[in-house]
Amino acid sequence: MTDKTTLKITYREALKRGIHEALINSDKVFLMGEDVGRYGGAFAVSKGFLEEFGEDRIMDVPLSESGFVGAGIGAALAGMRPIVEVMTVNFSLLALDQIINNASTLLHMSGGQINVPVVIRMNSGIGNQLAAQHSHSWEPFYAHIPGLKIVSAGTHEDARGMLSTALESPDPVVIFEYTSLLNMESEIPSGSGAVDLDKAKVRREGKDLSIITYGPGVYKALAAAEILASSRIDVEIIDLRVLNPIDNETIINSIAKTHKALIVEEAWRSVSISSEIISRIMENAFFSLDAPVERLCGIEVPIPYPKHLEDASIPQKQDIVDSVLKMIRYD
Amino acid sequence: MIEFTMPSLGADMEDGTLVEWRVKYGDFVKRGDIIADVDTQKGLIEIEVFDEGTIAELIVKEGENVPVGTVMANIIPVGEKVSVKKKSRIKKEPIKQIVNKGSIKIDDQLKISPLAKKIAKEKGIDLSTIKGSGPEGSIVKKDIDLAVVMKVESHVEVTGGKKEIAVKGLRAAIATAMSKSNREIPHFYLETRIDMSKALDWLRESNRQRELKDRLLSVVLLIKATAKAIKEVPSVNAFWENGLQLKDSINIGFAVSLRQGGVVIPAIPEADNKSLNQLMDLLNDLIPRARALQLRSSELSESTITVSNIGEGSTDKVFGVIYPPQVAILGFGNIVEEAWAEDGELSTRPVVHVTLAADHRAIDGYLGSRFLMALKKNLQKPEAL
Repeated sequence: MTDKTTLKITYREALKRGIHEALINSDKVFLMGEDVGRYGGAFAVSKGFLEEFGEDRIMDVPLSESGFVGAGIGAALAGMRPIVEVMTVNFSLLALDQIINNASTLLHMSGGQINVPVVIRMNSGIGNQLAAQHSHSWEPFYAHIPGLKIVSAGTHEDARGMLSTALESPDPVVIFEYTSLLNMESEIPSGSGAVDLDKAKVRREGKDLSIITYGPGVYKALAAAEILASSRIDVEIIDLRVLNPIDNETIINSIAKTHKALIVEEAWRSVSISSEIISRIMENAFFSLDAPVERLCGIEVPIPYPKHLEDASIPQKQDIVDSVLKMIRYD
Repeated sequence: MIEFTMPSLGADMEDGTLVEWRVKYGDFVKRGDIIADVDTQKGLIEIEVFDEGTIAELIVKEGENVPVGTVMANIIPVGEKVSVKKKSRIKKEPIKQIVNKGSIKIDDQLKISPLAKKIAKEKGIDLSTIKGSGPEGSIVKKDIDLAVVMKVESHVEVTGGKKEIAVKGLRAAIATAMSKSNREIPHFYLETRIDMSKALDWLRESNRQRELKDRLLSVVLLIKATAKAIKEVPSVNAFWENGLQLKDSINIGFAVSLRQGGVVIPAIPEADNKSLNQLMDLLNDLIPRARALQLRSSELSESTITVSNIGEGSTDKVFGVIYPPQVAILGFGNIVEEAWAEDGELSTRPVVHVTLAADHRAIDGYLGSRFLMALKKNLQKPEAL
């Protein structure tokens, strides 16, 4: 991390480097999932890996989420460190029985004897017109489950570094990656590596209002902040990163400073991450608030196919700008 | 809905050009707020609003010329519930509220943010006297902060029929400083008249070549001329604290009066090294912040001499009370047309009366006079400022 030079790469490339590094570092690590081998990954994240690491370590699996996620859990129990790729979070619902009834509960049910060190990666959120079959955001659902660590890679730095730390966890970790970010380029320090999986991060410091977000909301909020800065509105942006367990401290410290909060997420509004964040603000920071907390969430419909409706179904940069202006202009 | 129309600024005005909206859709405005700049035959005029409410629509576009009486904007008055036409997509799903009207009387409740309530309690602020500026008219932190600073709290203690009013906040600070000044500083006063015709001619010509937003006000000439005069007579730029201490930096304190009463004096640091443009920018930044009581502490403590510019449409002369430990305060009156005798002829000139109040412990009449003469000379060469 001492290297000061930066590297401009796509989010896809950042993910790829993370997996590549993990495969090099430990023989116990292997990648399994639909189309990860011969096809190079549904989103071309593991292109070339089959040739480099061979069939034992880059494993194509049948279209059977419950089956192969269960196999990954079994491999973890047997001492391996599997990276299980579920193409999109939408298909992971088929594997929920394995994830909840086995991965998240075995440590408890074995009286602390059996850890399940499996890492499950899945793509979440909208792609580019991939319709309701492939575009949903299930972070709130997974974050509800005790026994799972849920992390969200909203930046290139986290796309690059979260996997490595997740593989060190003795317990199951689910990493949410984002289809909509795959082709996006950004600069990361060329020495980037492992990142912590404990804390939310302040991506931009500000004093007027806290925007609390995760996933694709992070870059949108940063872009909105630039627009707001031209109106002399200085927002702070918190990237939650870890959706379970949530880091209260960073949120509370920020609100103690700004006294106002807006939560931004792509997932549906009701019973969501934003619901949880707002509850925690009420529990821990009520007397710091100078305005009602507001939120921008996904519209509660299956994500539509047409581009204009897809865009309208989730919060966009301009929605964030408008909401912040509305909250601040009362000053 | 209130219609805000192009005002008539005199019987001869038929139309005006909207140069700039100072407000946006959704902004809250109150009586006296400047909401637009309008260019008229009489120059660029700041247009005030006389109602209170939320801007619902800006109808006239910037650059448009419209006749007097044209509806320029719609304002939703306070308390009126009008469904605002949404220009931008702010999602707000209808919220199904289950309100038991028998037990909850929302309208009667005082709306105040938790933070504001906490601060009010700590500071002992009576909430019934405060008007909220937050969402739905709620009281927010800013309202309490202002109340704390501005408060003239009437602790009415009826002892023998006497009412004692404890003065607090800014008023108290002014009272203390000015009492100390009048008690300790032996003031003397000098006054002179300065012909402003050259300065104003130069300013008019200079402004003609500038973009609207870059135009200068005459006050920057006065400030710059003062700064240059101080360079010639540095003794006026000093503190009296255990003797005379001359100050190297010329930081001119500029008195800004507040609408609510009271005055604050932000400093214009090293005014002698700043161009007129820089001074204008500085004032544009400082004055609104001063009015909102959002100055940095350094800005309130750095000044080495004070300038009080009473401004347009005001009295002709102002005699200041020195702000200790400074040793001088300069007062500029309104610029007015006056009879002017020169070279045996009588004519009229735009004239400003300048007064200097000085600390006789530090300065004598001769020095004070030299200072005012230097100022007068500088204002005759506006191009060199």
